[in-house]
Order: sequence, then C-alpha cells, then structure tokens
Amino acid sequence: MIRADIKSKSFNGTPVLGRVAFEIAPGETLALVGPSGIGKSTLLRILAGIDADFEGSVERPDALAFVFQEPTLLPWRSVLKNLLLPHPDLTQDQARDMLVRVGLEGKEGLFPGQLSLGQQRRLSLARAFAQAPALLIMDEPFVSLDSETAEVMLRLTESLIADHRPATLFVTHDTREADRLADRTLTLRSHPGGAVID
Amino acid sequence: MQAARLIPFLSLAGLLLLWVVAAILTDDAQILPTPWTLVPLFNQELVSGELLTHLGATIIRVIWAFALAMTLGTALGLVMGRSARVNSWLDPWLVIFLNLPALVLIVLCYLWIGLTEAAAIIAVTLNKVPNVAVVIREGARALDPDLDAMARVYRMSWLTRMRHVVFPQLAPFIAGAARSGVAVIWKIVLVVEFLGRSSGIGFQIHLYFQLFDVAMVLVYAFSFICVMLLVEWLILQPFERSTRRWRTA
Ligand SMILES: Nc1ncnc2c1ncn2[C@@H]1O[C@H](COP(=O)(O)OP(=O)(O)OP(=O)(O)O)[C@@H](O)[C@H]1O
Ligand SMILES: [Mg+2]
Repeated sequence: MIRADIKSKSFNGTPVLGRVAFEIAPGETLALVGPSGIGKSTLLRILAGIDADFEGSVERPDALAFVFQEPTLLPWRSVLKNLLLPHPDLTQDQARDMLVRVGLEGKEGLFPGQLSLGQQRRLSLARAFAQAPALLIMDEPFVSLDSETAEVMLRLTESLIADHRPATLFVTHDTREADRLADRTLTLRSHPGGAVID
Repeated sequence: MQAARLIPFLSLAGLLLLWVVAAILTDDAQILPTPWTLVPLFNQELVSGELLTHLGATIIRVIWAFALAMTLGTALGLVMGRSARVNSWLDPWLVIFLNLPALVLIVLCYLWIGLTEAAAIIAVTLNKVPNVAVVIREGARALDPDLDAMARVYRMSWLTRMRHVVFPQLAPFIAGAARSGVAVIWKIVLVVEFLGRSSGIGFQIHLYFQLFDVAMVLVYAFSFICVMLLVEWLILQPFERSTRRWRTA
C-alpha cells in the first residue's frame, strides 16, 4: 500500500503544502493537477523520499521509479550504461530488450547528448520501467515535446503501465492526458496554510 | 595555424639566446655558464648514476605527497561542498592553512616530527591539501541536484554514485587541482629536501649552492624541470582531455 499523510511542508518558513493525504492502491493510476507553482513537484519529491524535510509520514515500496520533468540522464555514460547503472541486476539482454521496447534499438553505444529530446525521454521511461517498479512517479513526462511525439510517448507509457501495472502518480497540465491514463485525479488548490487536495 | 604552433618553440629559442648573450656578457662561468658547458656535466652526473638516484628520490616524494594531498583534499572538498554545516566549521581552518607560508609548515613539521621522510612528505601534503580542497569544494557545490535525486530514487550504491554520478562531474575540477598540484608540490618538495633531507634534487642543489657551483645547480634544476614537463604533457594533459571526451562525442 502506498500512503501519504503530509501535515505540512514549507520552504524557509513559507508554507507550500498544507494537509495532503491520499492512498494509491496497487495498479491504480492517479493524475495530479493544479496551477503552476502550487507544489506538485514538491509533493512528488516527498512521496519519492527525495525530500525528507516535511511534517507527516509517507509509506512507499522500495521498488520505485521516477520519471523527472527533465530526462535526468548521465551525460557521460552510454545509453546502455544509463539503463544498467541504476539497475545492476538487469542483464545486458534485458536492457537491450527494454531499449527496443522504447524504440532505441541500435543506440546503446551513444551518449545521451547524441539523442534527441524525445529519445532522451524514451530512455528515461525505459529506465523507469526496466525492473517492474511497484510505484511509478512521473513529473510532466510529456511536456515540451511536439504533439506528435507526445502522443507516441503517451501511447508507449500507456502500454508499459498496462504491462507492469505499477501504482502510478503523475503530474500533468493536460486534462486529456489525465483522462486517458488515470483512474482518478487529485487536484491541488491553494489555501492559506499551503496547498490542499480538493 | 602552422605558424601558431611554432611560436612556443621560437619563444623558447629566444630564451636560450638571451641566456647565451647574458653568459657571454657576464664572461664568468662561475656566475652564469653558457648552455653548452652544462652538457658534459649533465653526462657526468648521468653516467655516475648520481642524477638518477636523486631524481628518483625526489619523484617518489612528489608522488607520495601528490597522492596524499589529492586524496585528502578531494575528500575534504567534497564533504565541505556538500554540507553547509561542515563547511562553516572547517572553513576558518582552511583559510588559516591557505595563508600559512610553506616554509613555516615545513619547519614546524621537521621540529615536531623530526628530520624524517614522513615529516618531509607530511609537510608537502599539508601545504597542498587546502588548495585541492578549495577547488574540489567549488566542484561539489556545482554538482547537479537532479542527478543526485535520480541516484537516490534508483537506490544506486555509494560506490556507483561516486564513480558514475559524482566523479564525472568533479573530473574537470580534479584535473585542474592535479595540474596546479603537481606544479606546486614539486617546488615545495625541493625546499623540503633543501632544508632537511640527504637525498633528492633539492639536497643536491643545497650541496652545490654551498660550493657556489652554479653550473651544477643548473644541471639538477633543468633535469627536474624536464621531467615535470614530461609529466605535464604525457600524463596530466591527456588525463584532462579524457575527462572531457564525452562532451565532444
Ligand atoms: N528548493 C526550493 N527552495 C525554495 N522554494 C522552493 C523550492 N522548490 C520549490 N519551491 C517553491 O515551492 C513552490 C512549489 O514548487 P513546485 O516546483 O512544487 O511547483 P509545481 O506545482 O511543480 O509547479 P510547475 O507546474 O510549474 O512545475 C513554488 O512556489 C516554489 O517557488
Ligand atoms: Mg513541477
């Protein structure tokens, strides 16, 4: 079970999040929406354990994957290494299969800087799904892609989620995206003591 | 382009010419011998084995002090760059050590530890650690927090993180610290040998200084400068280039 029970989160005394509590059932997909700067990324970072400086508690599995707003790859390591380093148990063959799955066959020896932004995003997706995560967190994974590439990525993500059935929480600005991927939608809205869920 | 590559050689030839002219004008081999009078002396020292013995002794000290200073300085800089708390505690120490004259550290090390090999190497190391730490601290502050978060989310081991996430980002800083490190260390090693060792280039220079033998001082000094230039060209510069290779791929 994945459970967040955040009482408050502030940066240097400025409250960002107020009371935010929710659960994600195994295999369930949740969209997180809200205006820019409300604290969506902050909430994801707390859930992932990247930011531990908050009041409240979070319960999450160890097998965790995060698709960041930026691809966040290691620019000095090859495509294949970018997949293997976070997943040392993965065999070379499994890694290559995963690259084929996201449409990066033949690119294993390139550096991330030699890939297009869309391809970097695919690699970031491959990294997230490489070892069947129990919890998948995505921060606007399709932002700043042209609509065609975004559609391809969306379909790819849909099929990967269908195959692996992780519990998923993802941020989006696009209600269409939320409707397509998510079983439920959480909306953050502003509140004097920090953003809360509707 | 061709002409531009010739400039360093022309410039060095100019320096050599200046030396010859000065030597001829001085007209006293006791004070400034001509370059060619050094050649037989150099040969004599080489054949007798004296040169290589002392060169070897100095190089071993340089390697020890370099390895220690880089290791300690990198660890210190990394911790200080990543933790504001540690930094605020250690920064005043760093400032003091940075401003302590090399000579004071050397003399104190000899006085407290004795005229030993360990004291010599410690003195050189302590002289260099603060500089390395300062450079690496800059690098540690520039580490990408997003990559850090990524490494944490995917539960990379400490070793993997260091090798594949942190070190590649620090590499240009480490290469910079290494280059300036070698340059400073070998100069301090000579001083340490001059003051309290009975082997090494610095010791030989001390010996011939007391005999007022300028030619021999020059022979030993030049031999060592040549070795350090080789280290710079054959080891340090290629290493620096290799740390940048992924950028130009
Ligand atoms: N490290 C930080 N230090 C101080 N303030 C921060 C920090 N990170 C975020 N904030 C503040 O917290 C608030 C929420 O930021 P967050 O990135 O979570 O917003 P968001 O909902 O993800 O916005 P967007 O949709 O634009 O990505 C913002 O006002 C931001 O300025
Ligand atoms: Mg955000």
